[in-house]
Amino acid sequence: MTEITKKTILEIKEGLKKRDFSTLEVTNSFISASEKNKNLNIYNTFTPEKALESSKISQKRIDRGEERLLDGIPIAIKDLFCTKDILTTASSKILSNFIPSYESTVTQKLWDAGALMLGKVSCDEFAMGSSNETSCFGNVINPWSERNGKNLSPGGSSGGSSSVVSSGSALAATGTDTGGSIRQPVAFCGVTGIKPSYGRCSRWGIVAFASSLDQAGPITKTVSDSALMLNVMSGFDDKDSTSADLDVPDFTQTCNDFKLDKVKIGIPKEYQIDGMSPEIIKLWQQGSEWLKDRGAEIVEVSLPHTKYALPTYYVIAPAEASSNLARYDGVRYGLRNSQDNLDELYAYSRGEGFGYEVQRRILIGTYVLSAGYYDAYYRKAQRVRNLIIQDFQKAFDKVDVLLTPTTPTAAFELGSQLDPISMYMNDVFTVPASLAGLPAMSVPSGLSKDGLPLGLQIIGNQFDENSVLKIAANLEDQARFPFLN
Amino acid sequence: MEKFLINGENDNFEIVVGLEIHAQVNSQAKLFSGSSTKFGSKPNENVSLVDAAMPGMLPVINKHCIKQAVKSGLGLRAKINKFSIFDRKNYFYADLPQGYQISQYSDPIVGEGNVEINFPDGTKKNIGIERLHLEQDAGKSLHDQHPSKSYIDLNRSGVALMEIVSKPDITSPDEAGAFIKKIRSILRFLDTCDGNMEQGSLRCDVNVSVRRDGEPLGTRCEIKNLNSVRFVMMAIVSEAKRQVEEIENGNEIIQETRLFDSDKLETRPMRSKENAHDYRYFPDPDLMPLELTDDFISNIKSSLPLLPDEIRVKLVNDFGLSDYDASVISEEKETSDYFFIATEGRDGKIVSNWLTTELFGSLNKNSLSINNSPIKPKQLGELVGFISDGTISGRIAKDVFAEMFETGSDASLIIEEKGLKQNSNSEDIIKMIDNVINNNQDKVNEYRSGKDKLFGFFVGQVMKDSGGKANPKMVNEILKEKLN
Repeated sequence: MTEITKKTILEIKEGLKKRDFSTLEVTNSFISASEKNKNLNIYNTFTPEKALESSKISQKRIDRGEERLLDGIPIAIKDLFCTKDILTTASSKILSNFIPSYESTVTQKLWDAGALMLGKVSCDEFAMGSSNETSCFGNVINPWSERNGKNLSPGGSSGGSSSVVSSGSALAATGTDTGGSIRQPVAFCGVTGIKPSYGRCSRWGIVAFASSLDQAGPITKTVSDSALMLNVMSGFDDKDSTSADLDVPDFTQTCNDFKLDKVKIGIPKEYQIDGMSPEIIKLWQQGSEWLKDRGAEIVEVSLPHTKYALPTYYVIAPAEASSNLARYDGVRYGLRNSQDNLDELYAYSRGEGFGYEVQRRILIGTYVLSAGYYDAYYRKAQRVRNLIIQDFQKAFDKVDVLLTPTTPTAAFELGSQLDPISMYMNDVFTVPASLAGLPAMSVPSGLSKDGLPLGLQIIGNQFDENSVLKIAANLEDQARFPFLN
Repeated sequence: MEKFLINGENDNFEIVVGLEIHAQVNSQAKLFSGSSTKFGSKPNENVSLVDAAMPGMLPVINKHCIKQAVKSGLGLRAKINKFSIFDRKNYFYADLPQGYQISQYSDPIVGEGNVEINFPDGTKKNIGIERLHLEQDAGKSLHDQHPSKSYIDLNRSGVALMEIVSKPDITSPDEAGAFIKKIRSILRFLDTCDGNMEQGSLRCDVNVSVRRDGEPLGTRCEIKNLNSVRFVMMAIVSEAKRQVEEIENGNEIIQETRLFDSDKLETRPMRSKENAHDYRYFPDPDLMPLELTDDFISNIKSSLPLLPDEIRVKLVNDFGLSDYDASVISEEKETSDYFFIATEGRDGKIVSNWLTTELFGSLNKNSLSINNSPIKPKQLGELVGFISDGTISGRIAKDVFAEMFETGSDASLIIEEKGLKQNSNSEDIIKMIDNVINNNQDKVNEYRSGKDKLFGFFVGQVMKDSGGKANPKMVNEILKEKLN
């Protein structure tokens, strides 16, 4: 029998049902693995006692034959989701003492489905970063580092969520994706993750970064596990005005469909960019071949405004962030650097509470919204965003999904990307789908010549997660990726 | 009306005024959270996670407030915008938890409209409405509770306001006062704002500029946060005088925000244009644009109550009231409601007279509002009925009215108890008249020899003898017959 921590959610579910092991054994295995991997600095808050307690309730339901979708499945939560009575920091000093009195909609759905919480895992501060280095608790280490003798970044912002799954410390984790924060780190850590369509998962109770872009999504080892998690996490929420009032299809239904006879895969030519490593280009071609083998038709498509996506994103996201983060003012909760007058209270609380990257984005966002600059930056960015959306709409008139690399490179070494522009380049393939609110998924599909994981991205039409999952399952099946755990 | 002018040292100046009225929407819950809007609650009693801007909390629009805004827009004869956007107005203040106010900037829910204002001399004027938009109120900072600390009460944080902006069509303090009263009246008839200025449900910002006759518009100053009609009118005069003085001293008017000191009767700068906030308005990404269907709007339109202007016309045409009485009665919802109940089956003109003279006079004397009137509308109607059918004379009616006001009793009871019923029995009256004539033979002779004025004396004597109850009309007629 394979080690428990090497199994998938579906395998654990089956084992629990067949009494191969108990929820307690499962939970203890992941608690031990989490403790063993302490050096990776994944957890901001570790809650093994909570997981153990819930595991007993799950076991009772399983014994009664009344198990729920995720009963007995230990998962980790990105520290951006508010969790009732449990520290929720967004990996920021300004929220380092913040304990919510409420539970986010998405995590509540997970607990209601029987999932067990191992703890809150690290991310870039307020999800702003692509390396997990902006966390006020220090970076997470990519679990692939040890094998490769390097000190690698797990990517970001969901670096803790990707590492916790990659290292076998949890069966799944929640992530959030604003411009690639699920897809880039899962690619770096050799695991799977999907950013569903904007509006699919409720944003209620998730610390906001950029409201028009933020989406929650699952991170798991396999495509089917992601589909299962997404089944639980999705759904209309009347507490989120941007939540989509749509029925949620069963996302697991297409994950075993390996016939692609009538499927058209688009290859956007604008994703061939300078500075992309040859091995990534090779993997991309390999991906097309795999899908072709299954009967899919490969079509080149054009998304002409792709090159404007990154600058557009880095206007809109900071603009929204500058306003969303105004509430962290030291007045009602969070860090307060007490001063005699109000202006100083703001300046010192926020100056001390926010890290450099967050401060940079607040300043950028404030600038692009300022009188005299609004038209040149924010308004123009919104116009370009519409053009990018139209590009995708035209492409999806012709094809079912798009296939692209997830990132231009494999995981980089911690501390190696010092200039913010080169760091922002990590998001070049993930940002367009975010701007268009489309579902997009990264599947680990191969290794670089240095033996580091590489991911392929599948982008689907709005609310067509099922096509994305189906193509992802085919890639996964062909790639036979050598998971670390 | 005569043109209102500020007399400077050398020239006369006219004033140009635009108003921004912030009216609290009548609603049980706040604009974007389910918290109560109850007035007078304990500090921070009505605060939800959304109102306190906790991390991850999101606004959800209160549909009732949208209805109220549309209703108000229709009442202001304004264009309802089927597409509108909620924007964030960003600024830091301790009682603004989100660090921004959700408001409407580029695309308000209501566009241009107009209201008519009326003056006691019968003149009218149309004042243009620029727009009406929905926005959140902020909380309240309390600086006087502790020597070194400030306290914050978030009960008002997130309460729905309608900001109604006039065009700069107002050219006198009286017009400004009439405009506010008219807006207040319309909103109260629509039940979209209680109009209570003391509780802060209605507040005004005033934009004032001055110019010599025929000159282009001058630079304006904004006076913030005036909470009574009187203060608005006073502030306009103070500010206009200040501007005239500045101009005549050769200084330029600086565009700035000012506050009115009602004790010293002067305005003082709050912040200048250079220090003005850059609010960095942008569409709130937490809220979708607001799209209204034709059905939604026409349903509201079909349920609109009669508004003051329509009621005024009805009172003149259907009840024969004077234009002035009609506008007095139609100004307040309570008054017009009172009138319509009192006048059921009665003569509207008599009801109007008793309402606007006797009842208003007594209420004023006792500092009572019409809601607290000891005489209920049906009771006043009954009294008028007794006058109309001759049961009591007008003079007796005044005594009955006073008694009603004092005790709250019905007119019928008072008349019965005190035996005040008018005597219209001609035999009784003839007997009384004969008596008076017999006892005053000398006066009769004087009268008959041409001293006409004595007629009143005879009437008075008869009425006195009857204890005021004799039907005065009959007394007059019979006396004339007997004496001539």
